[in-house]
Amino acid sequence: MKSTLVNMTAVLFVITLVASAGVGVVNMITEEPIALAKEAATKAALTEVLPAFDTTEEQTLTIDELPITVYTAKKGGEVAGYAVQTMTKQGFNGVVRLMVGFTPDGEVVNVNVLEQSETPGLGTKMADEGNVLLGSIQGQKLENKKLVDGKLAVRKDGGDVDALTAATISSRAYVDAVNRAWMAYKSVATGVEATDVASGASHPVAEQTNEPAAQEGGQNE
Amino acid sequence: MSPRLRKEGKMNKLKIALSGIIKNNPTFVLVLGMCPTLGTTTSAENGMGMGLATAAVLVMSNLVISLIKNLIPDKVRIPAFIVVIASFVTVIQMLMQAFVPALYASLGVFIPLIVVNCIILGRAEAFASKNSPLDSVMDGVGVGLGFTLSLTVIGAVREILGSGAIFGVNLGFSDYTPLIFVLAPGAFLVLGYLMVLFNKLAKK
Repeated sequence: MKSTLVNMTAVLFVITLVASAGVGVVNMITEEPIALAKEAATKAALTEVLPAFDTTEEQTLTIDELPITVYTAKKGGEVAGYAVQTMTKQGFNGVVRLMVGFTPDGEVVNVNVLEQSETPGLGTKMADEGNVLLGSIQGQKLENKKLVDGKLAVRKDGGDVDALTAATISSRAYVDAVNRAWMAYKSVATGVEATDVASGASHPVAEQTNEPAAQEGGQNE
Repeated sequence: MSPRLRKEGKMNKLKIALSGIIKNNPTFVLVLGMCPTLGTTTSAENGMGMGLATAAVLVMSNLVISLIKNLIPDKVRIPAFIVVIASFVTVIQMLMQAFVPALYASLGVFIPLIVVNCIILGRAEAFASKNSPLDSVMDGVGVGLGFTLSLTVIGAVREILGSGAIFGVNLGFSDYTPLIFVLAPGAFLVLGYLMVLFNKLAKK
């Protein structure tokens, strides 16, 4: 078709209008399933890292300028454990997100890798069941580990966490995220304020919600 | 139309689809869409998922572009095509996020990047904008399947050699596999050798 200013403008306008309307409709259809899928993922991650629980309360802290969410799980009014959704930006390919579960007295129940883009076959082993990183901390109180400056560290850095073979950077990222989870756990469970390691400044609790787990969602990404 | 002619018409449609798989295979013959090919084929499942998502976008965009081809002024056809393609990619992205979140998580950034996959714009420009809607759909199916099969094969070879597994099922020698096949250099190696093999077999 021959191009004139009028028909070019008109055609592009109509095409973009129809396209955006179509995308809008699909967005309306998928909005709820997407929210449900995210909620299900969060809930599955919580179940995996915590002892049995009925309800959770969630609160978000800011540690090292990263948002860390602590889920306080309760069973019959008693605290059953704490799950911390933690993250680090020191992964080999960017962000690594973990869900770390603690018992009320601070033992690590389990760690679940929520998001990572590490090298397949090397760093991705952090998400495997029974990997050495998890083995080094599972079922233990972190304060009983060999700490470097009050924090966990891999063997190469003087600590006693076994690193993944040929994936020291990914292992360090994992340990970094676990440290942040530990800090958040301490601040929520014992009231010690979360300390910003980089600047030494402390950040107060940013946000607090009290809802049963079934109604929470969208906190996963 | 006599039965014989109708049969011939059907054969032609089939031929269009088949040509996308073998003669015009996007990966091994046209060498288009190398970015997702090299990036997502770390496992057979990822390769297949990426291939199917691209194929779905390709079929739909081919159909729509073929339907509206006579209404689009020549000078704005590329922006018009891209708007159509980008809308379908966004739709696919939202659908995947809603219904197959695990696959969506593992394909990550490559889904939005289907927009700039040259196979899709290439087929829109070279085929859909010149042919009937039905032929364009067949072309989309053929090229889409060709892309899916190529990516699945590359993914499978890399997964077997690199992680000792196929579609996530461990084959029992995962401790003795050369890791390089899951890393970037392995993608180039596997692609190169498969390309040689494919062209050798296709010539016969």
